[in-house]
Amino acid sequence: MTVVSRPLYRALLVAGLVATVFTAGCKKKPVPANPPHEAAPAPAPAQPTVTLSADPTSISKGDSSTLSWTSTNATQLTIAPEVGTVTAEGTTKVTPSDSTTYTITASGPGGSANATTRVTVSAPTPPVEPAPSADVDSLFTKEVQDAYFDFNKADIRPDARAALAKTADFLRNYPQIRVTIEGHCDERGSTEYNLALGDRRAGAVKQYLVSLGLSADRISTVSFGKEKPFCTQSNEACWQQNRRGHFVRAQ
Amino acid sequence: MKLAMPGRTVRVKGEARVMVHRSRYIGVCILLFCGLFLPGRVAAQAWFTSGTGLGVEKPRVAVADFAPRADNAKSHSQLFTQVVRDDLQFSGILDLVSPSFYPTQAPTVPSELRNLDWTTPQINANLVAFGNLTESTSEVVISAWAYDVRSSSNQAVVGKVYRGTPTDAQVRKFAHQFADEIISRLSGGLPGIASTQIAFVSSRTGTKEIWVMDYDGANQHPLTSLHTISLTPRWSPDASRIAFTCFEAGPTRVVSPQICMYSVDANKVVSFPRFRGSNSAPAWSPDGSQIMFSSSMGGNPELYDVDANGSRPKRLTYFNAASTSPTWNPKTGQSVVFVSDRGGIPKLYMMNADGTNTGELELPDKGYLIDPAWSPNGQMVAFSWRRPDGNFDIYIMEPTSRDIRQITRDSGKNERPSWAPDGRHIVFESTRNGQRQIWTMLADGSQAHQLTMNGHNESPNWSPK
Repeated sequence: MTVVSRPLYRALLVAGLVATVFTAGCKKKPVPANPPHEAAPAPAPAQPTVTLSADPTSISKGDSSTLSWTSTNATQLTIAPEVGTVTAEGTTKVTPSDSTTYTITASGPGGSANATTRVTVSAPTPPVEPAPSADVDSLFTKEVQDAYFDFNKADIRPDARAALAKTADFLRNYPQIRVTIEGHCDERGSTEYNLALGDRRAGAVKQYLVSLGLSADRISTVSFGKEKPFCTQSNEACWQQNRRGHFVRAQ
Repeated sequence: MKLAMPGRTVRVKGEARVMVHRSRYIGVCILLFCGLFLPGRVAAQAWFTSGTGLGVEKPRVAVADFAPRADNAKSHSQLFTQVVRDDLQFSGILDLVSPSFYPTQAPTVPSELRNLDWTTPQINANLVAFGNLTESTSEVVISAWAYDVRSSSNQAVVGKVYRGTPTDAQVRKFAHQFADEIISRLSGGLPGIASTQIAFVSSRTGTKEIWVMDYDGANQHPLTSLHTISLTPRWSPDASRIAFTCFEAGPTRVVSPQICMYSVDANKVVSFPRFRGSNSAPAWSPDGSQIMFSSSMGGNPELYDVDANGSRPKRLTYFNAASTSPTWNPKTGQSVVFVSDRGGIPKLYMMNADGTNTGELELPDKGYLIDPAWSPNGQMVAFSWRRPDGNFDIYIMEPTSRDIRQITRDSGKNERPSWAPDGRHIVFESTRNGQRQIWTMLADGSQAHQLTMNGHNESPNWSPK
C-alpha cells in the first residue's frame, strides 16, 4: 500500500489538472478531413441498421421475455439496460422486475443506429418491495387457497380451479417463495390406498399450477394420506375438510 | 372331498341365496349318493375347508393342571396351564375339554396317568397333556407330556423338559412351545403359531410407531421411536426384518413417505435407500429377495419392485391411477394381487410379479375393495370390502374360482386382514368395540379375540414364524 502525504497529494492533483488542460488545448489543432495521401475519395461506409423485438412484450412478474435482434454494418452492438455487448444477431432471455424499455445501439464505421422495445411487467397487487417475512407469512395464509376434492377423486374441481388461480397469483408475485403441497384424505378406506390417493391429489394440484405458468421447481409434493386430518368427526362436512391439497411454505 | 360348484352368483350374493341353493343341492346329493357326503354346509364350502383346515372333525384334548412341586412354583404352574389351554383352544384344530369335568387327581408324571379316567363319556378325550414344575430363585424346570389315551402304547406323543429363568415371560414362552408341539402333532406336522408375533402400529405414545406383541396379545412393546408417522409394517419371510412406511426429511428437508427397514437382529431401524416422491406399502417376495411397494418416484403412485437392499428400482404398472397394497402369492411368488382405482374406485387386480398380464378380480357386487392378503398356502386372498349397503367387512376369495365367503358381519368396520402362518387364523383391525383395535379370529370368523386395549392400534401383520 503506497501512503501519499497530504501535501504531496495536492501537488499531484494540481499537476494532473494542468496536464488535462494542456492536452485539451492540443485538440484544437485543425485536422484534415481526408488524409492527403489518398488519391480518390472512397465511398462512405454504410450506415448501420438494427432491429429489436421482445416476445412476449407483456409478462407477469417473475416470468421472462425473449429479446431478438438483427443488425447490418455494425461492428459493435450493445443492449441496455443489463444485457451489454451482443453479437450481430441473436436472442436472449430477460426477466425484468419492472416494465423496462430495452435499447440496442449499433455502431460501425458508418455511424450508429438505435432500436427500442418495451417489456411491460404486470403490476403486482402487493407492494413490490419485499415485505418482512412475518407479513409474507400472513399474506401467504390469506392469499394461498387450498384445493378440495371429491371422495375417492384426484380431479381438480371447478371451485378448486378458482382457488388455485388465486394461489397462483400470489406465487407469481412472490417468486422467491417455494411451496410444498400436502395431499390429504378423509378417514374412509385403507391407510395404504389413502397414501396413494393423497399423492395423486398433491400431484394434480402441482400440475394445475404448472399449467398456470408456475415453475415446477418451486413446488414439491407429499402425501399424508389420512394421517394428518384437519378435523376428526365422522361426517361429510369434516371429511370434505380433510380431502384437500394443502399449501405450506417451504424454506 | 372335491365337489364342483355350480352357479357362481349363488355363492356370492349373500347368505339367503346360499341357503336356497344348498337345500336344492343336498336333495340332489341324497338322491345320487345316499348321504355319502358330509353335510351340505361343509360341501358348499369345500374350497374353504381345504384351504384353512377348518370345519373338519376335531380331536378332543384335555390339559390337566400342571402340578407345582413346591408352593413357590404355584403361580407359574397356573400361568403355564392357562397359556397352554388358551393356545390349544385358539388353534382351531381341536376341541378343548372343559376342565370342570376332569378327574380330581391330575397326573403329574406318566406313571400316574390312567387312560380310563379320561375316556369317560363326559370327558371323552383323545389326548391328555399334564406335567409338573419345580422352581428355584434362578431356574424354573417344567416337565410336560401329552399322551394319546386311546392308544395302548405307553409312548408319549410329546415329552419335553423346559429349563429357563423363572419369569412370567419365559414361562409363557415355554407354554407356547409346548402347545405348538401338540398342535403340530395333531395337524400332520404343520407348525403351530403359539410362538409367533404380530407387528402393528400404535399411537399410544403420541405418535404412530411400529409395535410388536405375542400372538395372544401379551408382551406389547414398541420397536421404533421415530416420533413422526410410521405405518404398514410387513415381516420379511425369514422374520429377521420388518419393512414399513416412515416419514423422513430428505436432503432438501422436505418430509416424504419412504420405505424404512427395522432389523429384528440388530434391534434398530437400519438404513434403506430413499426415493423421490411418496413411497409406501412395502411387501416382500416369498423368497425375501425383493420388495414391491407403491411409489410416485416417476410422478404417479405406481407399483415398483426393488431388491431387498433397495437397489435397482423397476417400474411395474402404468395405470395413471393410484395403485398400492401389493401382496405376493407366497406359494408361487408368480402373481401379485393389489389395489388400484384405475376404474374409478379402489378394486382388486391381479398381475404377474413382473407387471404383465393384469386383470381385475371382478366381484359380483359393487363397492370399495382394499387390503388384499394372500393366504400362506397361496389358495385364498382375504380382503376388506365395503359393499354399497354395508360397512367394511372381511371376506375371503379363492382367486381361481372367484368363490367368496364373508367372514365378519354386523360388528363395526373390519379391515386389514393378515394371515397367520398356519393359514387358519387372521389378525385384523376392528371398530366393533368403539375404537380401532387389533383382533384375531379363526379364518371362519369364529373365536374373535381383542388383543389391544390402549390407544389407537392398526395395521397388524402376522410374523411368518
